[in-house]
Amino acid sequence: MDIVKSKSGINWLKYASPKTFYPLAGQLIPWFSVGAAVLIVYGLYLGLLVAPTDFQQGEGYRIIFVHVPAAWFSMFLYLLMAGYAILGLVLNAKLSHMMAKSIAPTGAMFTLVALVTGSFWGKPMWGAWWVWDARLTSELILLFLYIGYFSLQSAIDDTNRADKASAILAIVGAVNVPIIYFSVKWWNTLHQGASISLTKAPAMAAIMLKGMLIMALGFWLYSIAVILARVRCEIMERDSKAALFRQDI
Amino acid sequence: MKARHKRLAMIVAGLVLIAAAAVLITKSFRSNLVFFFTPTQVEKGEAPKSGNFRIGGLVEQGTLKRLPDGLRVQFKVTDTAKSMLVEYKGILPDLFKEGKGVVAEGSLNQDGLFVATQVLAKHDENYMPPEAAAAIAKAQANKTNTLSTENNK
Amino acid sequence: MQWHSFQEFIAMGGYGFYVWSSFGITFLAMAIELLALKKRRQRITNMLKQETV
Repeated sequence: MDIVKSKSGINWLKYASPKTFYPLAGQLIPWFSVGAAVLIVYGLYLGLLVAPTDFQQGEGYRIIFVHVPAAWFSMFLYLLMAGYAILGLVLNAKLSHMMAKSIAPTGAMFTLVALVTGSFWGKPMWGAWWVWDARLTSELILLFLYIGYFSLQSAIDDTNRADKASAILAIVGAVNVPIIYFSVKWWNTLHQGASISLTKAPAMAAIMLKGMLIMALGFWLYSIAVILARVRCEIMERDSKAALFRQDI
Repeated sequence: MKARHKRLAMIVAGLVLIAAAAVLITKSFRSNLVFFFTPTQVEKGEAPKSGNFRIGGLVEQGTLKRLPDGLRVQFKVTDTAKSMLVEYKGILPDLFKEGKGVVAEGSLNQDGLFVATQVLAKHDENYMPPEAAAAIAKAQANKTNTLSTENNK
Repeated sequence: MQWHSFQEFIAMGGYGFYVWSSFGITFLAMAIELLALKKRRQRITNMLKQETV
């Protein structure tokens, strides 16, 4: 990091240094936390109280307000993690590796939530808790990739080597994400197609869509707050002798 | 010593998980990636000749009937080109309806009847309040009505 | 507002078990994540405190 710093005239990579990043993250976390709480409460209000009944699935469809945002972030956070892994390998930037490592638990959590809530949705609507169709199977593989990622991180003692090895796993595993997303198009699956896509009008009533998007935004701010807090822990663990933490202790 | 044990356990757990993922992937690619076959595919012989497989399509309008024994139901699954007769004994899922998506698992008997052991409802990606759905259905009915009256002229 | 009574809200048109389980699991998972993170931070700060002394 210091090499980059001394070489660049204007210090625009300043925020890539853990020393600068640590207090900045500390200042940002409360804002993201409050934003997440407000949006999630508003999303719950829209989803549970305001949104109308669905013409096919009755009240059972309300699971969509947690299931879909969780599923989106299970995939999006994986791509973000892989992105930071690439950055970490290419720039040899410690902070990028720390970001990647800090994203994994939240991504895994959302994957698990997507799988379990999907199960609670599938049972009454499809008639089965679980089926081995391409969508469900590839999402399960995503969970295994996350678990594999942090098993590898903790299995290797040397931090640098652990970062590099797990970064490679994260990058290779990223092929699974488009497979999950397009599985419902590429193969016959029990899981239905996407209601929301960039290429066509949403197949969803506006108020339902609004509730779902608000909830997703809430999950996004939650993820940012949690990940930043985790990066701070990571910085403290890796660089405990740095004096900058003393003020917090 | 303890740390080493922990690390060993982690590596073993990681390997087991990667192996499990590999098994799942190959399993999926071999047969389950195609979750179901359409009646047309079955007709063409793309589905397994023997043993269990799944068929999917829409429950054809007006074909659902309960057999005299009161336990078994029969209905036709169609992909709008071809259709197949399915027999099933058990509880149908909530979303099972004529004109809606269905996936049935089972096998063909000698008479060409598909005897299902499991019936799953496949729903679409549309979500809207019942009033909106009714309005759309009404609009479509009107459209076909006006079309037919225009044709009659 | 979609509901006429609290009972109706809880029942979710017969899907109560599935809907409430899903919402419960989601927020339980997030709460567990937050708690684990808080514990981790406490453990690290305690460790650093001892080092400073």
